[in-house]
Amino acid sequence: MNRIFWVLLIGLGLAAPFLIYPVFAMKLLCFALFACAFNLLLGYVGLLSFGHAAFFGGAAYITGHVVKVWGFPPLAGILTGTLFALVLGAIFGKLAIRRQGIYFAMITLALAQIIYFLSLQLEFTGGENGLQGIPRGQLFGVIDLSQPLAMYYTVFAIFMIGFLIIYRAIHSPFGQVLTAIRENEPRAISLGYNVDRFKLMAFILSATLAGTAGATKAIVFQFASLTDVHWPMSGEVVLMTLLGGMGTLFGPVVGATAIVAMYNELSAMGSWINVIIGGIFVVCVLTFRRGIVGELARLLRSRS
Amino acid sequence: MNVSLDLILAQMMLGLSAGVFYAMLSLGLAIIFGLLNVINFAHGALYMLGAFVALIGHSYIGPWLGYEDFQLGFWPALIVAPLLVGCFGMLLERTMLRRLYQFDHIYGLLLTFGIALMLQGFFTNYFNVSGTPYGGQPESLNGIVNLGFMYFPKFRLFAIVMSIVVCFLTWFVIERTRLGAVLRAGVENPKLVQAFGINVPLMVTLTFGFGVALAALAGVLAAPIYSVSPLMGANLIIVVFAVVVIGGMGSIMGAIVTGLTLGLIQGLTKAIYPPAANTVIFFIMVIVLLVRPAGLFGKE
Repeated sequence: MNRIFWVLLIGLGLAAPFLIYPVFAMKLLCFALFACAFNLLLGYVGLLSFGHAAFFGGAAYITGHVVKVWGFPPLAGILTGTLFALVLGAIFGKLAIRRQGIYFAMITLALAQIIYFLSLQLEFTGGENGLQGIPRGQLFGVIDLSQPLAMYYTVFAIFMIGFLIIYRAIHSPFGQVLTAIRENEPRAISLGYNVDRFKLMAFILSATLAGTAGATKAIVFQFASLTDVHWPMSGEVVLMTLLGGMGTLFGPVVGATAIVAMYNELSAMGSWINVIIGGIFVVCVLTFRRGIVGELARLLRSRS
Repeated sequence: MNVSLDLILAQMMLGLSAGVFYAMLSLGLAIIFGLLNVINFAHGALYMLGAFVALIGHSYIGPWLGYEDFQLGFWPALIVAPLLVGCFGMLLERTMLRRLYQFDHIYGLLLTFGIALMLQGFFTNYFNVSGTPYGGQPESLNGIVNLGFMYFPKFRLFAIVMSIVVCFLTWFVIERTRLGAVLRAGVENPKLVQAFGINVPLMVTLTFGFGVALAALAGVLAAPIYSVSPLMGANLIIVVFAVVVIGGMGSIMGAIVTGLTLGLIQGLTKAIYPPAANTVIFFIMVIVLLVRPAGLFGKE
């Protein structure tokens, strides 16, 4: 089944700007990368972070600032944002893995709230207005990113790099140890693995790629706003992963597509959309814990 | 820095009046977590629901029912809101949360997060996000009292005293009565308690209802102080989570004391360095995690 998904992903990814509105396609890719990065932590290590908006939105602000004010070229800007997310991830991770399970979720949520208040209060972020008018600039100094197609394929390339990094991480000895920790942590410890170190590395990798997604989004949409660092964004990425199927490679991509498309279709409904989002959460948790891709895989397996 | 003692004391009183809400909410979270092993993310939304019961009872219910003069005053709301919201909570526990006890704890968190989003989204449709003032503050509590260093609103003083009394009553029941002993035994070993002929599933439902009712009571007390808004609980619950991490959920008294103390510290920060008032509790959480990861009162 995975082969079908690979073909679909690359085929649709290449054809997307001709099928749908390119800006919408880019939004999908940014959120898909965000959800995949998040899934690395929730799906493969079993750690629920409720603070990933801090990496996503924080990187968006940093990228926006260095590109707009310091005149960095777009890729260097995205790298700077990513680097920021890496450092922030190391700090948050070091603190949060001191506690287990449910405390982990509460700690990450509280830590992310610090970044939210900093974004609200610091001067360079523009407070309530956000950071606007970030130039897209030129890729390698030659390709003009204000062209939708050029921008799209840049975003697609970034997404694929991130996705392949996650794929490699999962299918490596490192990924095997992560899964072992998720399944039976005391046993992993007794086998001599330094569990905290593995958790921290997974956390940092996840935070870094979430930062890449946020940084890319800032370049695409040319602004960074408080929405990106606030806690509902952390909740959204949890939902994307849960709906698509946590612990599956392609689930987060499917989940992100579904949620972003839903926001797009239902944008006229005002805050009823939050009722619907909450309802999907409830239904997923009660009856659909494997998510779309997880259920599909189970169906196919039980048939053959 | 030139900060007068009176200003510090005044801000600390205001901090204390926020602290009692932290205490009541973290107390409810701790009681629920002890028996159900669920962190109730909807706790803030249920606090909001309590405030809305008071608001709707005072300003809307009469016209809706066709009796313009009918009003649910503040005093009845103090009883009615916790009862209504408590029953709603028990319904949630019976119909949904109960199905998740056998799975990983994070599912309980995710479920209650979804419920919180639904409640907030629902009320946002009908009420202004920036808040509706509650007009039902009883006349006997209007006005101010002279505390020597400041004039303090009588109602806030009432809210502080009432919350502290409720918190300590709860502590007394849990730590010093037979009912509390059964409850604590249920936390330690539910199977054994069940074998002694006590209906543990019923006890779990009632405990959840009680924790939620505490949140609703806090909501009613908050209604005259802050304006009633669909998002009033969302912002509060994150701070309360930090309070819970700082205190650790092992002890009832710990939850109360931590909530009150952090309210005071927040007030103090507002007097000395206002920009940090929003984040000081989160930074204290960071320090506690570094020094004593299990929390001040936690046993891990």
